[in-house]
Amino acid sequence: MFRILEKREMAERTVCEFKIEVPDIAKKAQPGQFVVIRANETGERIPLTMAGTDPEAGTINIIFQVVGKTTGLLRSFEEGDEISDIIGPLGVPTHVEKLGTVMCVGGGTGVAVMYPITKAYKEAGNHVIAIIGARTKDLLILEEEMKAASHDLRVTTDDGSYGHHGFVTDVLKQILDGGDDVKLVVAIGPVPMMKFVCKMTKEYDVKTVVSLNPIMVDATGMCGACRVSVAGKTRFCCVEGPEFDGHQVDFEELVKRQRAYLTEEKVSLDRFMGQIPE
Amino acid sequence: MAEEKAKGKKKEKVPRQKMLEQKPEDRVQNFDEVPFGYTPELARLEAGRCLQCKKPKCIDGCPVEIDIPAFIQLIYEGDFMGAAHKLKEQNSLPAICGRVCPQEDQCEKVCILGKKDEPVAVGRLERFTADWERAQGEIEIPEKDPPTGKRVAVVGSGPAGLTLAGDLIKKGHEVTIFEALHKTGGVLVYGIPEFRLPKAIVQAEVDYLAQLGVEIKAGHVIGRIKTVDELSEEGYDAIFLGLGAGLPLFMNIPGENLCGIYSANEYLTRSNLMKAYLFPEYDTPIAKGKNVTVLGAGNVSMDSARTALRLGADKVRIVYRRSRVEMPARIEEVHHAEEEGVEFHLLTTPTRCMGDDDGWVTGMECIRMELGEPDESGRRRPIPIKGSEFSMDCDLVVVAIGAGANPLLPTTTPGLELNKRGYIVADEEDGKTTKKGVWAGGDIVTGSATVILAMGAGRHAANSMHDYLMNGQTTWP
Ligand SMILES: Cc1cc2nc3c(=O)[nH]c(=O)nc-3n(C[C@H](O)[C@H](O)[C@H](O)COP(=O)(O)OP(=O)(O)OC[C@H]3O[C@@H](n4cnc5c(N)ncnc54)[C@H](O)[C@@H]3O)c2cc1C
Ligand SMILES: Cc1cc2nc3c(=O)[nH]c(=O)nc-3n(C[C@H](O)[C@H](O)[C@H](O)COP(=O)(O)OP(=O)(O)OC[C@H]3O[C@@H](n4cnc5c(N)ncnc54)[C@H](O)[C@@H]3O)c2cc1C
Ligand code: SF4
Ligand code: SF4
Ligand code: FES
Repeated sequence: MFRILEKREMAERTVCEFKIEVPDIAKKAQPGQFVVIRANETGERIPLTMAGTDPEAGTINIIFQVVGKTTGLLRSFEEGDEISDIIGPLGVPTHVEKLGTVMCVGGGTGVAVMYPITKAYKEAGNHVIAIIGARTKDLLILEEEMKAASHDLRVTTDDGSYGHHGFVTDVLKQILDGGDDVKLVVAIGPVPMMKFVCKMTKEYDVKTVVSLNPIMVDATGMCGACRVSVAGKTRFCCVEGPEFDGHQVDFEELVKRQRAYLTEEKVSLDRFMGQIPE
Repeated sequence: MAEEKAKGKKKEKVPRQKMLEQKPEDRVQNFDEVPFGYTPELARLEAGRCLQCKKPKCIDGCPVEIDIPAFIQLIYEGDFMGAAHKLKEQNSLPAICGRVCPQEDQCEKVCILGKKDEPVAVGRLERFTADWERAQGEIEIPEKDPPTGKRVAVVGSGPAGLTLAGDLIKKGHEVTIFEALHKTGGVLVYGIPEFRLPKAIVQAEVDYLAQLGVEIKAGHVIGRIKTVDELSEEGYDAIFLGLGAGLPLFMNIPGENLCGIYSANEYLTRSNLMKAYLFPEYDTPIAKGKNVTVLGAGNVSMDSARTALRLGADKVRIVYRRSRVEMPARIEEVHHAEEEGVEFHLLTTPTRCMGDDDGWVTGMECIRMELGEPDESGRRRPIPIKGSEFSMDCDLVVVAIGAGANPLLPTTTPGLELNKRGYIVADEEDGKTTKKGVWAGGDIVTGSATVILAMGAGRHAANSMHDYLMNGQTTWP
């Protein structure tokens, strides 16, 4: 059992952050790695990226968007409550090196996944330009943190309520056109966003890394639920990823596989909503 | 009656006793165990069939050398608790082995009675005895040897790891099991379905180890949270790797990543470990195909096919590239599957999977095979028949064509030699690997095998480890 020490709600209660006591994982985790959480005895195993760790205090932070039953259930947990299982650190850590100018593009809750990676690129001595986007101002997360973690932060909202009116790709294009010698783009967010970023960076021939989020079960390489096609080859995202060369990823397949259980997810969520008083 | 010896008594011919079981039409509606097991009367009747051979062949057929005539004699005498203790001398998981051992290839294969008649039902008697003991609720906790002050880390909680942990804790060592999944038991909990091996039985065995003092750390993926070297640095004097062969193999044919195509590991893990058959009470979903195709014909395929029926499929087909005689599954499993209505399409192999616009599988293109010369496995090699392609509709596919070695731990463990298929190289006799202080056993050494062989490997490694820990052996091969 793992205790939730702090809880913070963000983005109009659609996003939630926990600080959880897991000393062994906190000691070992590196940027880009995730944990698998099973909230309770009847719970599903879901992967969530560590948005931060404090090895001394023995804590990790996770930030999750409430999209269905399990994330809904997690949000109903309060400080002091305990989570049945937290397994990690999983996945290959981000390969961080000094390259020059690196762009970190995060969309939606992808910003949470992006945050420790951005910090790591800056600490490695890169010039980091970050772009974060959300549908609307109130859904934007971690703006202050991302500002501190980068040299230059740009913000976009789809509805223009804050920052640039439009998509992260608009700003990305400006920068790529601006003649900065961008060595690497890291893009993390909803699949359509990553797909468009990759389409654009391919034209500019800039290497692009994406973090994929297929459905996972064990996340130790035992089941193959998480298989993704990269450069025409099947890869197990949980052990070989989650980061891959974005120009080689079959995003179409990923989206379809992510939608495999829409019917069941709705049944689960409706049942859950029927059980909670609100 | 209790004093009456089976030995020497002239036997009237008693047929091999069947276990009562659920009727096929009932059992496909539930996940309860299929056989009910022997009653004490049936068990004694069957025990009476044993000839109490002077040179019992059956013992040689058992990888852990259970004193089979002795425990059967105790059953015959009605001393079921005595029989249970006799079994436990050699086999720490009799309730499990009695259910899942391929007895027809082991103890029962060489039973002398089997030469003229049907062999003694050793497995069923073993199962009866262990179940009887468990039902009494008084599992005896044996005396442990005085503490040695040595610490042993066991990675993986399948039958190999559990057996080794049980042996070493009794010898006075401190034992910690690290298991990647959130539940212990390995394939026994994530792979083999409830209707063949109730999970409560596995849990009882794990609880027993915990009672003996084994520390169990589930949810610990070694290679990630800690490496093997870090375990040594933390003060573990010896480390056992019982990782299993947990890497699913795929066909590598076009369309294999369509939705509705599962590896058997995923399909069975969702159903067993995550209890998706109880969805939505449990949160993990599973696709319920109406028209299911299972690729492969081993135990894993039978388990998948029978799970699909229980999840509500109208039609379940097994597609296998060789013929019936080459099917690796246990006879009993094939028989159960056929009784339940699973169809067998032999000498057939898929070449491609087709899907709809949502990316969901709709069918497979297959080709017929014929058997050629024997291959390196000794079985006749299947060869595609040109022009025999045909297509087959289905809305769910389970790929159960075998497993490999998961590279996660080996790639983070320098000094551990692997063979060319990625399995850990370990001494056949004592399980020593090429890395000092590290042993390995079970499927991660042999490739997919059986529960009892994994247990045997755990036992041999335990003996070798105990020697090493007590005699301070410093040389390493
Ligand atoms: C490596 C990785 C890291 C992730 N990190 C984060 C993170 O930091 N923050 C965050 O908000 N989300 C993250 N996700 C996504 C998160 O796991 C899903 O949003 C979550 O599982 C949804 O569960 P649910 O029951 O609430 O919703 P559901 O209603 O069950 O599902 C909603 C959608 O989430 C996806 N999903 C469902 N089950 C799983 C599963 N077992 N594994 C993966 N995806 C699933 C499906 O595409 C589904 O359509 C990550 C996913 C991966 C693979
Ligand atoms: C569906 C199915 C049906 C079967 N039916 C039968 C049958 O009827 N009869 C029979 O005799 N055999 C059967 N077998 C085979 C038998 O189950 C295996 O041979 C046996 O379980 C192997 O035992 P093991 O201890 O080597 O490994 P496993 O049982 O595979 O256990 C290994 C454990 O190690 C864990 N692990 C792996 N890597 C790590 C890591 N890095 N850190 C921590 N933990 C780790 C795994 O999560 C797993 O729990 C079946 C197998 C399957 C899959
Ligand atoms: S353990 Fe297996 S092989 Fe040995 S006696 Fe029991 S059923 Fe037979
Ligand atoms: S070989 Fe058969 S008959 Fe002889 S002792 Fe063993 S089980 Fe009994
Ligand atoms: S989630 Fe099972 S192999 Fe990746």
